Amino acid sequence: MEEERLEEISDNNFDEKTDRKLVIPGEIIVSGEDYLPGDFTKKELNNIVANRYGLAEIRGRVVKIIPVSGVFEPRRGNNVIGIVSDINFSGWRMDIGGPWGAFLPLSEYPKFINRNNIEEIANIGDVFSLKILGVKRGSVDLTLKFRGLGKLEDGRIIKINCHKVPRIIGKEGSMINLIKNKTGTDIMVGQNGFIWLKGEFENERKAEEAIRLIERESASEGLTNKVEEFLEK
Amino acid sequence: MVYTKRSDGRKMDEIRPIRAQVGIVPNADGSALFATGNTIAIATVYGPKELHPANKRKPDRAMIRCEYNMLPFSVSERAKPGQNRRSKEIGMITENALSAVVDLRRFPQSVIDVQILIIQADAGTRCAGINAAAMALAHAGIVMKEMIASVSIGKIDDKIVTDLTKEEEDWSEGEGATDIPFSLTSNTKECVHLQLDGRISTKKFKEVIDAAIKSCDKIFEIQKRALKGEIIDENKKDKK
Repeated sequence: MEEERLEEISDNNFDEKTDRKLVIPGEIIVSGEDYLPGDFTKKELNNIVANRYGLAEIRGRVVKIIPVSGVFEPRRGNNVIGIVSDINFSGWRMDIGGPWGAFLPLSEYPKFINRNNIEEIANIGDVFSLKILGVKRGSVDLTLKFRGLGKLEDGRIIKINCHKVPRIIGKEGSMINLIKNKTGTDIMVGQNGFIWLKGEFENERKAEEAIRLIERESASEGLTNKVEEFLEK
Repeated sequence: MVYTKRSDGRKMDEIRPIRAQVGIVPNADGSALFATGNTIAIATVYGPKELHPANKRKPDRAMIRCEYNMLPFSVSERAKPGQNRRSKEIGMITENALSAVVDLRRFPQSVIDVQILIIQADAGTRCAGINAAAMALAHAGIVMKEMIASVSIGKIDDKIVTDLTKEEEDWSEGEGATDIPFSLTSNTKECVHLQLDGRISTKKFKEVIDAAIKSCDKIFEIQKRALKGEIIDENKKDKK
């Protein structure tokens, strides 16, 4: 079930070679009638203008921008990791990063709950692997009613730039499996850039350093080899 | 005495040497440094994030919360830290200028925190602040339609002068000094901020607009280069 999830997140086919260049807001990426504006771009007269800092990519006729920085933008179906930040009678408030607060209602917990002891199931500071059910204006609804979701016991959380998550996971989970195998650490990556690690202290640190290395050098080529080299050191 | 020559040897329409860099505060979502001559400003951007208290939330759009501050040692007479009338004003005008280009509807009910700090002041701090803030916003991956550049144009005696220093701002002979901070957007060249301190005729003001557009174009170019990863220091280049 883990594999299934990884594929879903890593479908960003970043490995394909395409021409990409860094653009800033307001910069004209291409001119001409032939192009259509995609994500974060706008057509002004005959020009395709960038609306965000990121890598511009032209695929066929469509010009889009791949963000490289910024906070997590929650979308329906995202797998995220959340930390309980508050408890009330109807459920748990979760910190998943991003512009809005997230809420996990009692009804989205897969088992029966005695309303008198909600804290016993999840207390403030507990870590969960969750799925985003939907994003309403100003709030995010979460659920636990999917395979592979649930409480993450022990371990610790590190936070990275959420736009590097596909890089951390690698093609069909190749990178993350490499780190898992070499360090013997349990790792769970959320699309919001929260990463949960659990293992022996030294291994955990090694895994974290490897993740930071990927985050730092996400743009370079032959990253898998670099990471492998680093882990064998 | 007629004003014919600038004390630092610059041309009348020349900006001071610029220093610019992004990513100077790794913890922030976006950050930038912008310096012209002896004026140094840094800006950080956090968010968009959840806004507290909830009653301040705007139902249909995000809010920009901008804070401008001068460090105590930024001027020769110690500046008392914290908000004052002047810093509130500058925070507000920066907020308004930035709101014109940022896509606020994308994240309703959230807040974008922009903090501007003046490390060293030698006139034109609000312009340096706006330049740094615009770069930091772009660096933070915030959706905005274009960039903003800001420059202060002045009139000393009867000459139109670009990017005044403190010394020039205090000129009192002849017609005296007029200071006009001016902010423009990069593509449409819309004016998003304009202030005027002093007196100027309508005819001269047209010259000011031309000078502002010319200088802003240069600043846009520098902002672009800095955002693409270059560390810009025009002082160094001059020394070589």
